[in-house]
Amino acid sequence: MDADTLALTGVVMAMMRAATPLIFAALGEVMTEKAGVLNLGVEGMMLMGAVAAFTAAVTTGSPVLGLVAAMLAGMLMALLFAFLTQTLMANQVATGLALTIFGVGLSAFVGRDMVGQTVEPLAAIQLGALSRIPVVGPLLFGHDPLVYVSLALAAAVWWFLRRSRSGLVVRAVGENPQAAHAIGYPVRLIRYAAILFGGAMSGLGGAYLSLVYTPMWIEGMTAGRGWIALALVVFASWRAERVLLGAYLFGGITIAQLHLQSSGGLAVPSQILTMLPYLATILVLVLISRDETRIRLNAPASLGKLFHPEG
Amino acid sequence: MAMGPFRNVSRRRFTALGSALLAGALAWGSLAPVASAADPLKVGFVYVGPVGDFGWSHQHDEGRKALEAAFGDKVKTAYVEDVPEGADAERVINQFAQQGFDLVFTTSFGFMNPTLKVAKRYPNIKFEHATGYKRADNVATYAARFYEGRAIIGTMAGMMTKSNVLGYIASVPIPEVVQGINAFTLAARKVNPKVQVKVVWVNSWYDPGKEREAAEALIAQGADVLSQHTDSPAPVQAAEEKGIYAFGQASDMAKFGPHAQLTSIVDNWGDYYIARVKAAMDGSWKAIDTWDGLKQGMVHMAPYGAAVPDAVKAKADEVKAGIIAGTLHPFTGPIKNQAGELVVKDGETIPDGQLLTMNWFVEGVQGQLPK
Repeated sequence: MDADTLALTGVVMAMMRAATPLIFAALGEVMTEKAGVLNLGVEGMMLMGAVAAFTAAVTTGSPVLGLVAAMLAGMLMALLFAFLTQTLMANQVATGLALTIFGVGLSAFVGRDMVGQTVEPLAAIQLGALSRIPVVGPLLFGHDPLVYVSLALAAAVWWFLRRSRSGLVVRAVGENPQAAHAIGYPVRLIRYAAILFGGAMSGLGGAYLSLVYTPMWIEGMTAGRGWIALALVVFASWRAERVLLGAYLFGGITIAQLHLQSSGGLAVPSQILTMLPYLATILVLVLISRDETRIRLNAPASLGKLFHPEG
Repeated sequence: MAMGPFRNVSRRRFTALGSALLAGALAWGSLAPVASAADPLKVGFVYVGPVGDFGWSHQHDEGRKALEAAFGDKVKTAYVEDVPEGADAERVINQFAQQGFDLVFTTSFGFMNPTLKVAKRYPNIKFEHATGYKRADNVATYAARFYEGRAIIGTMAGMMTKSNVLGYIASVPIPEVVQGINAFTLAARKVNPKVQVKVVWVNSWYDPGKEREAAEALIAQGADVLSQHTDSPAPVQAAEEKGIYAFGQASDMAKFGPHAQLTSIVDNWGDYYIARVKAAMDGSWKAIDTWDGLKQGMVHMAPYGAAVPDAVKAKADEVKAGIIAGTLHPFTGPIKNQAGELVVKDGETIPDGQLLTMNWFVEGVQGQLPK
């Protein structure tokens, strides 16, 4: 295996790492939005997940418990959001923004003593001979466990929403809650569940940052990834398989531009390369918006609207 | 962080809205009523980031603590953290003034105009603005010559590299960052003319994930010593994992890379704050501009890592001593630009004014300056 192939393998693996936290958070938000709820608090839930995962991993020494803590923390934040928007009928956009602001502050507060601590990162799976196959080995078998979990979850969310009966109910609740309610489905309960799933996934995305990607806790370490995940959901037109594609594209461009700079290969200003993921989003948005049926088929019709069972 | 003209760089780390609300909340919390029993000098600090950022604001707060330790109950300090650069900053600074603070330090470039505005309203209160260039009768400015520290770490990197490729993770293309890259490169090539410095811009002051990926991209290109001008310890941590060397930034980051960190350029504001408070107490305070470095202790080097050989320590100490004694200036010619043209003649030194507007790379830097 020559040096170039080795380097390229490294770049592709870095792209997959960069995409993984986005995949978790965006898959969760797909579920939430498919149930008709817009939760803009992803960044806040991710930060709480990151700090909870790190704190739990440092105090117990177990990264797995860290992941559990991250999901619980994300779900707690989501529960707060669900209570405010589903039970108290607060505006979803305002509540979501508040959740992010709250998460930024709260995670900084509870993580004060964690700054500067170190934790043993979640190690890559080593499958002996399999991982040592040139190129294919590391690409298929050389990742940390969460990369595989993210891929499995993307498949699971796809199957759930497109193929399962329960998924059909979730979509029905997102399309027309009145009708779903009339047939006897517990709209509010289903939305609570979808929101909690979104919280757990955001928490996992945050945990990936603080336990695997950059194993440390620092305030605001998500650095806007929650917002990218939200954009990704629209980019993917609410489909799990496209979330995967979009996340790898976003992660890929970010990583590719850093490698292009260091290899001195391309004379493109780095600011333009930094903008590329966002330009790509806008481009895709324009393209899919031209085809109205595509948008209409996938965007949940009642997204962000309040549902009063009495009404 | 930034100093001199040409900048409108924001050092904000979080969402604008988040910081705005947080700052609002904290402003009320931190500015609790101040006792005036023995009539202590009241000193206020405005930080752009959280004190727990392990970088810029953290170091300013260390300075504030040094002040309290030095003067005891003769001073009363207070701070507001996470203040966004903009309208909110003016409100926070104004609040300090209204509460009768005697001396207020505003510690980010973007606080320049708000500081001047409030200072105009309160001519009897003294203000000090970090890294800016606008002064008034009651507004002094101060900044640190971090490039002096970069000359030391460049020397060390040049001696310790085996691949002759050094990696540099750069934040945003302002003169201060360019100065750092050039000082690092010049010093490294002085001890090892074969050295090339690869620069990767992450276009952010703080994004641990991106900083880490930039570090890995540089390592993939053969860099075996990393330097950074971004604020998170992620690159030092990456270097530790990959078994190469790195230099910390703003604070001692040895915790994140006990083997990797060779040393760190540490911002040390404490001595300056103590001197200025003393001046305010004895009436000798003037609205001057301060640009101090190693000599005055404003730029400070963390202890050498275990991996640094004695010969490298000796050379680094020599550079440090030379800079402190004034016999060595990191920007003394001959200096060639990237195109190989001689821009500074042998024995000539780039004057401060040109350093403050530096927008070109020296020979040996690989990568372009985004314009």
